[in-house]
Amino acid sequence: MTAETRDDPRPSPDFAARVAGSLAWVRNNLFNTWYNALFTLIIAWFFLNVLPPLFDWMVTNSVWQTDDPRVCRDAAGACWAFIHEKYRFILFGTYPYDEQWRPLLMVMITIALLAASCDKRTWRFIVPMWVAGLTVSGVLLWGGVFGLTYVENLRWGGLPITLLLSVVGLAVAFPIAVLLALGRRSDLPVVRAICICYIEMIRGVPLITLLFMSSVMLPLFLPTGVTIDKLLRAQIAMIMFAAAYLAEVIRGGLQSLPRGQYEAADSLGLGYWRKMRLIILPQALAVVIPPIVNTFIAFFKDTSLVLIIGIFDIMTATKSALTDPHWRGFFREAYLFTGVIYFCFCFFMSKYSQWLEKEFSKGRRH
Amino acid sequence: MTQLSESAGGTSTRTVRASFLANENVRAVLFQLLVGGAVLGLVWYLVDNTMTNLEQQSIATGFGFLDRSASFAISESAIPYSPADNYFRAFLVGLFNTLYVAAIGIVLATLLGTVIGVARLSSNWLVARLASVYVEVVRNIPLLLQLFFWYAFITGVLPHPRQADNPLPGVFLSNRGLSVPVPEPHPAWTAMLIAVAVAVVAVMVLSSWAKRRQAKTGQPFPTLSVGLGVLIGLPLVVYGAFGAPTALDMPELRGFNFRGGARLTPEFTALILGLVIYTAGFIAEIVRSGIIAVSKGQSEAGLSLGLSRGQVLRLILLPQALRIIIPPTTGQYLNLTKNSSLAVAIGYPDLVSVLNTTLNQTGQAIEAVAMMMAVYLTISLSIALFMNWYNARIALVER
Repeated sequence: MTAETRDDPRPSPDFAARVAGSLAWVRNNLFNTWYNALFTLIIAWFFLNVLPPLFDWMVTNSVWQTDDPRVCRDAAGACWAFIHEKYRFILFGTYPYDEQWRPLLMVMITIALLAASCDKRTWRFIVPMWVAGLTVSGVLLWGGVFGLTYVENLRWGGLPITLLLSVVGLAVAFPIAVLLALGRRSDLPVVRAICICYIEMIRGVPLITLLFMSSVMLPLFLPTGVTIDKLLRAQIAMIMFAAAYLAEVIRGGLQSLPRGQYEAADSLGLGYWRKMRLIILPQALAVVIPPIVNTFIAFFKDTSLVLIIGIFDIMTATKSALTDPHWRGFFREAYLFTGVIYFCFCFFMSKYSQWLEKEFSKGRRH
Repeated sequence: MTQLSESAGGTSTRTVRASFLANENVRAVLFQLLVGGAVLGLVWYLVDNTMTNLEQQSIATGFGFLDRSASFAISESAIPYSPADNYFRAFLVGLFNTLYVAAIGIVLATLLGTVIGVARLSSNWLVARLASVYVEVVRNIPLLLQLFFWYAFITGVLPHPRQADNPLPGVFLSNRGLSVPVPEPHPAWTAMLIAVAVAVVAVMVLSSWAKRRQAKTGQPFPTLSVGLGVLIGLPLVVYGAFGAPTALDMPELRGFNFRGGARLTPEFTALILGLVIYTAGFIAEIVRSGIIAVSKGQSEAGLSLGLSRGQVLRLILLPQALRIIIPPTTGQYLNLTKNSSLAVAIGYPDLVSVLNTTLNQTGQAIEAVAMMMAVYLTISLSIALFMNWYNARIALVER
């Protein structure tokens, strides 16, 4: 293709071929049978009826900036001014307004670490990496050192809580899950029975009941006078929950190894723990990385349930933003905003897990 | 090198000493005693703490409170209930509501999920794209957020009952929920239910007879069409025999709300909408992977045996696809049932919601949470048992 074609009024043969090609594509992919033609027409009609009003609502008639909710109510479109007014509250909850760069930095560190963890080359030092990241996050959120003012965790809120619950939950649950999975595959009947009971019990009940348990029953379990923080209680419930689900994923990896690996380790004279640590677990865990990412996605979404026991995560913050009497009724904008945040995290993680799965199967075929 | 000599030395000394700890069986028993003891110790410690705490706060333990009057209202219930009834009856109301939502949700999610799963494999580019956008959006947003959205949508956007949408005669959509006409009570309906049950039994007998006859003589019997005929025909005949009642109980606007007909409350509608739309996204993926897992050679082999396309679908493709589809789908049914507990967030009186109210009124935290867990565990374990039975039944018999 040269630049002169643009001056030429007649379509070039290349252009004609491309038109013919796209026409053929349309025929083959949209109108190949009578019912597919019908579907295409119905969907086209649907788009014509839905998209223009949707665009009007989102862009043409929307209000982007105003301090007066009445302006929004009079407008026919979306009230993005509501998001403009409330986004700091939705993202960071009641964290002191002037200090909100701290949770923002914490969120950015966590996202950077999540992104870095996607690269296989970082997996060798993934544990120190996350320990360092979480320590910095804790220092940022709590403060009290390095001239940062102390902020008690009752005032934390929004996205940092969601990230904290899911990342810390998964990190702490992981070693427990490995032990549970090994226990469930163990030859020792007592150990196996305990692990099966735990895993099946947690997996058999909804997360809400575990959260209720941790919020109303945990205080009763502890010696009189000892209290634990509300956020920590929710975190414990999330860890217990994640451990059971992860254990089942890891058990899948253990089962997928050919028996020859176990026998080879035995014939080398390795004891149980060395056999597991040096031969079995490295292979089994590598196989289950994609399903572990999927578990993390589900877990990330499930952290929204802490709303029910009154923990101030991003979901709770969104709901509270909507209770402001001045700004009542802009639930579409609010849920769209929060939904997009959740979607971005989950969508990229799920694409990553699919890509990883393909990479792994490529490696195994050779 | 050093490691090698060390380990060699270790083995020799071990054989000389022959400590009883070297015996694998002894070690296994000791280890299990240790683990079992630690777990029992932890449980004992927690129970002991709990007992002390309860004593100090003078909370009575036990399920005696179930006899007391609940004195809270429940907005919708399948069985007669009034605030004067006891807590146990309130619990039953919650249980039935949970089972009701789960049953309806499972049926609708299966239908929608299958349609979307098949649509993702459509040769129509637009249909396939639309279906995959649906799956991605629905699966990557928390169910709780979706429930809140639907609930806010129904209560906040739909018109007041006086200006209710009236898409079909007798059907009213307003912020008080969906009102639809229902047939007026008539003995014909009961009779038709019995007729359906009779027809199901008859079809089961017929199909086993047809199978035995085909095994013996090789003659096929059109079980599908005859069976469908019996299933549809018998209830219709009964309906006609009872004089084909057509009277409908129409919903009518009285005051600020609708009377008569059947009314789906906003809470129920939002819960069902959310659960069905969310779970269908997962079922669609299962259906899709089940269908692509059956290789193309299977249907070609079936066709070359002289089977018709319908027979290939029914006898070759579906049995193989279903073998892959059914186990993870039951997992999704279980998830839907457990997820229905999110009802508490939008105020539908399901089991968790009722027990939560009970907990707040009586302070019987342990009993209430134990009841919640017991119910869900029972449901989960029965589904797991069924799945084990089913998997054993359909397991490939390899040569």
